[in-house]
Amino acid sequence: MSSNFTPWERVEISRSPERPTSLDYISTIFDRYMSLHGDRLYGDDKAVVGGLASIGGRAVTVIGQQKGRSTKENIMRNFGMPLPEGYRKSLRLMRQAEKFHRPIILFVDTPGAFCGIEAEEREVGEAIARNLFEMSNMKVPILSIMIGEGGSGGAIAMAVGNEVWSMENATYSVLSPEGFAAILWKDGNRASEAAKVMKITAQDLKELGVVEEVIEEQEPACIDNILEISEKMKGMICDFLERYDKMTPEQIVNQRYERFRKF
Amino acid sequence: MPLKEMFKKRTLTPQEKKQAERIRKAKDTLLEYQVPEGLFQKCSSCGKPVYNEDIIENYYICPYCGSYFRVRPRNRIAMVLDKGTFQEWDERMETSDPLNFPGYKKKLERQKSVTNMDEAVITGKGEIGGKEVVIAVMGADFMMGSMGEVVGEKITRAVERATEMRLPVIIFTCSGGARMQEGIISLMQMAKTSAALRKHDEAGLLYITVLTDPTTGGVTASFAMLGDVILAEPGALVGFAGPRVIEQTIGQKLPEGFQRSEFLLEHGFVDKIVERKNLRKVLNTIIRSCEYEQ
Repeated sequence: MSSNFTPWERVEISRSPERPTSLDYISTIFDRYMSLHGDRLYGDDKAVVGGLASIGGRAVTVIGQQKGRSTKENIMRNFGMPLPEGYRKSLRLMRQAEKFHRPIILFVDTPGAFCGIEAEEREVGEAIARNLFEMSNMKVPILSIMIGEGGSGGAIAMAVGNEVWSMENATYSVLSPEGFAAILWKDGNRASEAAKVMKITAQDLKELGVVEEVIEEQEPACIDNILEISEKMKGMICDFLERYDKMTPEQIVNQRYERFRKF
Repeated sequence: MPLKEMFKKRTLTPQEKKQAERIRKAKDTLLEYQVPEGLFQKCSSCGKPVYNEDIIENYYICPYCGSYFRVRPRNRIAMVLDKGTFQEWDERMETSDPLNFPGYKKKLERQKSVTNMDEAVITGKGEIGGKEVVIAVMGADFMMGSMGEVVGEKITRAVERATEMRLPVIIFTCSGGARMQEGIISLMQMAKTSAALRKHDEAGLLYITVLTDPTTGGVTASFAMLGDVILAEPGALVGFAGPRVIEQTIGQKLPEGFQRSEFLLEHGFVDKIVERKNLRKVLNTIIRSCEYEQ
């Protein structure tokens, strides 16, 4: 590993406003990107972006959870917390990808699914469940990359991949360390201690088999070093696509099933 | 004692203190585990004492106010399946304690002895009106019905066996969500169970969920919402985020009836709210309606 941050320091890095967002990676990794919108049921959630892209001369579908950098942009993006329609949009785009035999690449970066009255009215639980259910059976390869916060059900709904990768300073957890400490120790202030026991860092997750690859960050990712990181990620993604080219749709589905079956 | 002194605060005698402590402890145990002790239980809704026998005969419903008591999984199985047909699967499965979480194993041992269950779900095979089904019943008694690797594994195995045996699956959900003590591995159970159900679905087989009070968090956001038919008990709390968390987040009180079964029915996420006394019949009708020549 390139740096010796504590788990809690990594939590803070993963949440930093300096951290590149999904669209930063999409615009620097892919040769071409065209956004598509709407879930065809209710609306267009701006906390989830996605559309058609190409990488190394081949068509893929790319989807990401999108945070904002300024307060204004964050309000528009709902701080990267998707509503049910965000998940339903992602599923619509994934089904389209499957129909046209395009691999799917997802960028995960959310504190969690949005928590509020409208999310419950439109049953965010059903939206997440439907993603898990349908993604498990997609005939095209799926790659999910944790780039910042991987918050609970809101994150796994876009992470049923054949492979899941994580940036070195990204996290992925069942609940925020604050929430975890509040539930188990009745003390939300013990979040940094919680971050340690929860095994939420990329390296811990690799040891648990929850992620396959850790993408190194010499310095925490930011706008100054994103080109370097994206270049490396592009190579890794092309290798991934090549690896899965050799597999039949049935093998792709089975490999993904076994990947999650082992937990 | 003169009347005006009756309302004065006074220090308790040591015996009174002891007795108060005993009562408090007994109450805590009852509240925490809802163990039906002795002859009576107090209805948590109307506060009236109810005979245990009356509760059982009345499908665990308060005869005075009609509110539903939570049903423990073994009682539920007895209520729903044909007598003597239940065959339990995968008993005594142990968690690997993936986080080595301090005190977790000990807590599980205590839960086992208090609740007389070995995990938060019971799975197996049985019959309803002579029709074979695979059934999984969760219970709130055991660590709030939370889903860790044992719950996820038992449900996944049950679904996989149902696919092999070409049987319908019925799951009674009841859960506070993911098992915190198992961290990210608990989260993975959502994908694992949903994937097994996708295969069962692909095989053209029937899956019914019955949502019972409470169904929240990772269970709502996985197998609870994936039934071909989704039934719910009257008044059950069903949602993704818990009501207290939402209230804290949005800083306002939630409207009456929010996240109850009737609310989900109105918003189109539940097929039918079924009273306990009709449940066996409704399940049987659905199973018969979904049979077809292979």
